[in-house]
Amino acid sequence: MNEQPLELLPELLLLGGAVSGLVLGLFLPRRRQWIVRTVAAGTLVAVLAASMVAAGRLAGPVFDGAYAVDVPLNVARIVVCAATLLVLALPGRDVIGHPRETEFYTLLLLAALGTIVLAGAADLLLLVAAYLLASIPLYGLAGFAKDAAGTEAALKYYLMGAFLGVTLLVGVTLLYGAGGGTGYVQLAEALPGAPRVAVAVGGLAVLAGLAFKLGAVPAHFWVPDVTEGANTPVAAFVTTVPKVGAVLAAYRLLAGPLLGAPGDWPLLVAILAAASMTLGNLAAFFQDSVRRLLAYSTVSQVGYLLMAVAVAGRTELALPSLSLYVAAYAVTNVGAFAVVAAVRAGPRVADWQGVARGQPALAVALVVCLLGLVGTPPTGVFVGKLTVFTTAAEGGLGWLVVVAAVNTVASLFYYLRWIGPMFRAAPGQAERPAELTARFAALGAAVLSVALGVAAGPLLDAVLGTS
Amino acid sequence: MLSIVVFLPLVAALVLLGWPRPPGRAATWAWITASVADLVLVVAVWLTYDGGPGVTEGFGFEERQPWIPGVGSSYHVGVDGLSLPLVALTAVLFLACAVHGLGEDRNRRTYAALFLFLQTVCTGLFVSLDLILFFVFFDLSIVGMYFVIAGWGHGQAARAALKFFLYTFLGSLALLLGFIGLYVGSDPHTFDMVELARSAPLDDRPVFGGLVLLAIFVGLAVKTPTFPFHTWLPPAHTEAPAAGSAILAGVLLKMGTFGFVRIAMPILPEVWQTWAWLIVVVGVVSVLWGALVALAQTSFKRLVAYTSVNHMGYVVLALGAAGMLGGDAVARSVAVTGAVTQMVSHGLLTGALFLLTGAMWDRRRTYEMSEYGGVAGTAPRFAALLALAAFGSLGLPGFSGFIAEFQIFAGSLGPAPVATVLAVLGILVTAGLFLWALQRILLGPRSDTGFPDLRGHETAAIAPLMGLAIVVGLLPAWLLGVIEPAARTVVDLLAP
Repeated sequence: MNEQPLELLPELLLLGGAVSGLVLGLFLPRRRQWIVRTVAAGTLVAVLAASMVAAGRLAGPVFDGAYAVDVPLNVARIVVCAATLLVLALPGRDVIGHPRETEFYTLLLLAALGTIVLAGAADLLLLVAAYLLASIPLYGLAGFAKDAAGTEAALKYYLMGAFLGVTLLVGVTLLYGAGGGTGYVQLAEALPGAPRVAVAVGGLAVLAGLAFKLGAVPAHFWVPDVTEGANTPVAAFVTTVPKVGAVLAAYRLLAGPLLGAPGDWPLLVAILAAASMTLGNLAAFFQDSVRRLLAYSTVSQVGYLLMAVAVAGRTELALPSLSLYVAAYAVTNVGAFAVVAAVRAGPRVADWQGVARGQPALAVALVVCLLGLVGTPPTGVFVGKLTVFTTAAEGGLGWLVVVAAVNTVASLFYYLRWIGPMFRAAPGQAERPAELTARFAALGAAVLSVALGVAAGPLLDAVLGTS
Repeated sequence: MLSIVVFLPLVAALVLLGWPRPPGRAATWAWITASVADLVLVVAVWLTYDGGPGVTEGFGFEERQPWIPGVGSSYHVGVDGLSLPLVALTAVLFLACAVHGLGEDRNRRTYAALFLFLQTVCTGLFVSLDLILFFVFFDLSIVGMYFVIAGWGHGQAARAALKFFLYTFLGSLALLLGFIGLYVGSDPHTFDMVELARSAPLDDRPVFGGLVLLAIFVGLAVKTPTFPFHTWLPPAHTEAPAAGSAILAGVLLKMGTFGFVRIAMPILPEVWQTWAWLIVVVGVVSVLWGALVALAQTSFKRLVAYTSVNHMGYVVLALGAAGMLGGDAVARSVAVTGAVTQMVSHGLLTGALFLLTGAMWDRRRTYEMSEYGGVAGTAPRFAALLALAAFGSLGLPGFSGFIAEFQIFAGSLGPAPVATVLAVLGILVTAGLFLWALQRILLGPRSDTGFPDLRGHETAAIAPLMGLAIVVGLLPAWLLGVIEPAARTVVDLLAP
């Protein structure tokens, strides 16, 4: 037994922060719940610091190999915490001063914890537990406002999650039966000789569960409804953070147990990737609602992320490119939602007319984030996309790279449909007050998104060097 | 040194944006100052450049810093005889636009900052020796130009800008695919142009190499633009502001043709040879198509836009011919030299022409030639410059265009005789259409509304461009001497 609780310091800190925030909230008057927000932010900063320290000496598998303290996990820790910190800056008047404000922050922290564990799980049973921990708080958050749209979002989210959660369990059962264990190390040894059908169905079912967390086609139906129905911070969170954990979990599966298993798993993931990016883009094309537009754009982004997963374990660049892309995507996507939260323009694309005049800095931040999502240099997503395309081409998926390139051009169209009106003068434009903290988050995310691109070299090296 | 040349305008742009409320034309004057400083630096680079052979052997003012070592990409810049003339052209043309910008009164600060940003991007593209760096600048030029057209254009500017962005972005992604193909095909994997040109990794893989060349060719051809990828160009030019058109035609189009000489030819020599005949065909079709469609235009700005397709067609023809077997190395190197000279010449002349169309728009709000007539009577300076630019553009001896086109035809005649003869017909058509246009605008009965002559800043922007075109036309040696060694290196790589 190699039980080293200290290696789990970031996770334990996060748990401690969530619980103490909840307890603190019980005793605080409604107007002073901002203290819980501060505690949550402090927790996240502490976790970030602990993860940075841990980056130098990663312990590898702990707790009998059930949990892997390695590069993917550390990437998840850092990215999840940074993204959650940005999300914490977004709540506006619909959350601040709300009777359940404390619960809002607690649930966010718990979902972040679940996501991190999802990325670190090296055992199918732990994967199931992490799936639940990463999902259930978000069902609650989706319906936070208790209005019609939120309730519908929560219900849809919950039903989809419950259904695919059960599918995940079925898959775990099958793989357990086929491989005689649930640890990834043992599965990697046993699956190559296991019955073909059991492995195929089991692996597919497990991936289906992860596809729900990813919001990938064909498990993407909840994404637009939750993004539109929930409030902005929740929308930013659910379209960003769970993907980080799920995509790294998928990477771990593909690079470990499924690497030598019967069945063409890279092809399967590649098809999912192509479907996600294509359907996401097509659906986003003529969306009038900015949130639905962003929702479908996140579906298409999952497609690009999955490209690196498809070649997991087959090229040297797969993990670094995935890490960089997921980090850049998280920052950029939260940045776009932060602008939505800060500007408080109407829900339609047309309502954004003239925003550039009233809020020039935020308009520029949105341009940086949206063009960043397209993959315009020198943003982080550009380098992410470049390396992901390269690694996919190296892994022999040239056709997927072509599909992705065509999709990238297509995606430009709907982002420009949003950017265009902002710079057109609106008649009788009143000065719009911006949400202050969200404004800082938006500007910070835009700067960070560019910085990730410019400093991509050292970051990639850091991932390459330690893996 | 080179990095300062590249990033000085960007720094100036950031300073401008940080200046809360610059009074009156202060922002434009700051822009002019920055552009003058950059031009001075470029002249210094030109004077101290010692004429290395380029591509494989070494570059002037080379700098290399690791950027993304994980994928073998670095910040690698340097100049040789192919890029230095274009760097100088960029500096000159942007200065002309800065001076011309004195007449722009919509949101001067952002306008100046955007052009300074574009200047960094264009200069950076011409000096980059790394595929990813090249791509970064290539893409950013599209973004910058999109905002110039959408923000300061007229008519259906938003629509034209969107078309421009989507179309050229498609091209840039095709280019990216090609670059990734080069990376995957090289061993060790690298994005460095010099290393790739030394090893020419895809020479013995004709099918894969052909696909990579196809991707790169399409990417660059959209930007150039050659037939059949040119349809974004006329609306973009028509709706863009005059200075935007001048930069778009004068500098941005060169990115495409420059990419052929810098990337496609040295790195994929054998594949280029295999497909040279097709490239020649594309070039000739562009020449004739551009000329004939220009002939049919009633709008003067659209006419100039289509002649760009024609002029860039000569460049593509020459570069294709340089890859044809047959014809000796000297002739083919003359073709490449002519192609680079044509890029410079077209930049100067078309830049001047587009700035002149700006004067037309400012005075009458139309480009329709039927609305004009007898302008020479009231606006002698405008008429003189327009006539000079038109004559230069149709390739009259004494102007830079003649030097360029003469070399192109002389170099291409041996390897591709039929194509060259056909392309010469293009000259006839352009000569006809320019003379006809001059006749319609400058001569004939005077129309009712007046046409005031060029103002000081307009003359100051346009006249130096024409002056340079004449200097190159009369005394070309200083320019050709820089280009020739590098052109010879490229030709040697193609067929040693």
